[in-house]
Amino acid sequence: MPETLWTVLKVFIVVNVVMLHVAYVVYFERKVIGHMQARLGPMRVGWHGLLQPIADGIKLFFKEDIIPSSADKPVFYIAPVIGVIAAIASFAVIPMWEGFSLANINIGILYLLALSSIGSYSIILGGWASNSKYSFLGGLRSSAQVISYEIAMGMSLVGVMMLSGSANLTDIVNAQSQTWFIVSQPVAFFVFLMAAVAETNRTPFDLPEAETELVAGYATEYSGFRYGLFFMAEYAGMFAMSAVATVCFFGGWKGPDVWFLASIPGVVWFLLKIYGFIFFYFWIRATLPRYRYDQLMGLGWKLFIPLALANIIFTGLIKLL
Amino acid sequence: MNNSNSDNNPAIATKELTLNMGPQHPATHGVLRLVLDLNGETIVKCTPYVGYLHRGVEKLAENRNYMQILPLTDRLDYISAMSNNLGYCVAVEKLFDIELPERTEYIRTIVGELSRIVNHLLWLATHALDIGAMTVFLYCFREREKILDLFERLCGARLTVSYPRIGGLKNDVDAQWLEDLYAFTDEFPMRVEQYETLINKNRIWLRRTKGIGVISAEEAINWGLSGPTLRGSGVPYDVRKVTSYGVYDKVKWEVCTGKNGDIYDRYRVRMDEFGQSTSIIRQCIEQIPQGPIMADAPKFTLPAKDKVLTDMEHLIHHFVLITKGPQTAPEGELYVSTEVPKGELGFFFVSDGTGKPYRMRVRSPSFVHVSALPRLCEGEFVADIIANIGSIDIVLGECDR
Repeated sequence: MPETLWTVLKVFIVVNVVMLHVAYVVYFERKVIGHMQARLGPMRVGWHGLLQPIADGIKLFFKEDIIPSSADKPVFYIAPVIGVIAAIASFAVIPMWEGFSLANINIGILYLLALSSIGSYSIILGGWASNSKYSFLGGLRSSAQVISYEIAMGMSLVGVMMLSGSANLTDIVNAQSQTWFIVSQPVAFFVFLMAAVAETNRTPFDLPEAETELVAGYATEYSGFRYGLFFMAEYAGMFAMSAVATVCFFGGWKGPDVWFLASIPGVVWFLLKIYGFIFFYFWIRATLPRYRYDQLMGLGWKLFIPLALANIIFTGLIKLL
Repeated sequence: MNNSNSDNNPAIATKELTLNMGPQHPATHGVLRLVLDLNGETIVKCTPYVGYLHRGVEKLAENRNYMQILPLTDRLDYISAMSNNLGYCVAVEKLFDIELPERTEYIRTIVGELSRIVNHLLWLATHALDIGAMTVFLYCFREREKILDLFERLCGARLTVSYPRIGGLKNDVDAQWLEDLYAFTDEFPMRVEQYETLINKNRIWLRRTKGIGVISAEEAINWGLSGPTLRGSGVPYDVRKVTSYGVYDKVKWEVCTGKNGDIYDRYRVRMDEFGQSTSIIRQCIEQIPQGPIMADAPKFTLPAKDKVLTDMEHLIHHFVLITKGPQTAPEGELYVSTEVPKGELGFFFVSDGTGKPYRMRVRSPSFVHVSALPRLCEGEFVADIIANIGSIDIVLGECDR
């Protein structure tokens, strides 16, 4: 019984830490992009706008939850919830420091890929159930995009699994004691990074919610906290993808073993690496325009998937020799 | 997405999805409404509906004297109000055969080109935002703000300026203003370079704009396109070169043209016009002579204040002009066009000899460009329609009038 209690407590803490991060990453994004765009970002609520995420949360929570009369109500209700659950559940297998992960399962990578697929259901169902043409187009775009980029993403991780000989995330981190996989698998990392951006629907692949074409894509008809859930799912998904990138290519919790740097706890390195990826997400959002739908599909099928396949063959050959 | 698989199966009926885009839509540049027939994401048919911003400017003009119409022209293309004011004033001056002092012509050219820069900045900002490049949007607004500040110092208004007057200007510019403007033109080309580094060689931008929305030179002329939208197809037609107004014949500048007539070339033409406009402004500031700013036109020019306070005839003249405006006008019909940032803006007057126009008709470039939108979009993707709307640079205030 204390064992179960302890697990529940751990889950509670991790979920809360993730939610806090999700709230403040929005603030971080607005600040980073604001400064890149010669403005300040939020400044009014609290010191330098530090309370802005809390104000936003309260506002979203108390807003009217409008449901279109022609919507498919049960599906409409459940869609954003699926997204949030899938995004947050990803953290169950992420090793955050030496010997700590909520569930140290042997198929960690498969579990993550499965959850990211489930996450796309929320967008497809949300777009479908809204019974609005813009949402519908957004949902269709999302399903096509997620399916094609999932393949590239899965295949880019195959190289990592081949090198470490395991799909267990802790084993993958331990296999990177000498060199990080970013060094031995740069192509796989590149494909993974692009696929991760596409999976989380971020610029330049933010077509499902392209505001200048589809108003707000799949989320057009959502309001109040249900919209907030979509938002949370997107940012939690970004964290999950950053965590996977950190674990699979950047040595997870491991930092450089020199001088005083060796005494810094692993979880700090882990978080710093994740923050680096998150910053990268924001950076490209401030820099790049958006792809067109057919160009995005072309890129996925004609560039990323062949690249990932070639990488697998190449890794296999190296391993054989 | 494509329905081609089910086309042969009689059990499954396929039909186009009709999508209503606008008038409330973030990317239709105001209140343009498009009804799209979609096959997957391909546009089969595009029908623009205009009129959501109709305020009856042309009809209102029939009940006002020539002086009172001026503020209405601000509201045509509110992004480049200065150019619209100028276009109107040039037309009325032609009707009344008014000769302008030289200094006025120079100042008008300066503010006209400034308004072109303001307009193109807003165009670039929104066009880039439509394609997803968010940062360019805010960078452009930074420079636009500086020019609007200059407008404010010049005449007190930032957007709806009403600065030109028939036969002259509201007030003279001071030396400090010209100096600050000169400093701005020093810095501005660097800023344009900054925008270009963000998008010019960006592969995503090129893929979104090159070879999309192509219209040949011949077709562009047949559709009645004008301004940068026409020049993007390689037609070197610019009203500033063809007719004479302002001091465009006294400064060195070139007509910028594209070659392929796609979105990218229209974009390039406008980006090049930043440079040309800046150069025109600089030359004007260097050459500007001293002198009066109002023409010797008793029908529109107020008498000097000291004379009004001491002399009965001048007092009456002042009183009549202010309360009633000009009472007579030359009879006849007249069409005068000027090059506003968006294209060729024409004013057509039918004058019956009274102080009010019998009919005023505005030939607005936006209206013509919207009509060409289906030609540009049909057969392309939903995302391209957004890029196309941006590339023809429309404003609905001018389109609907």
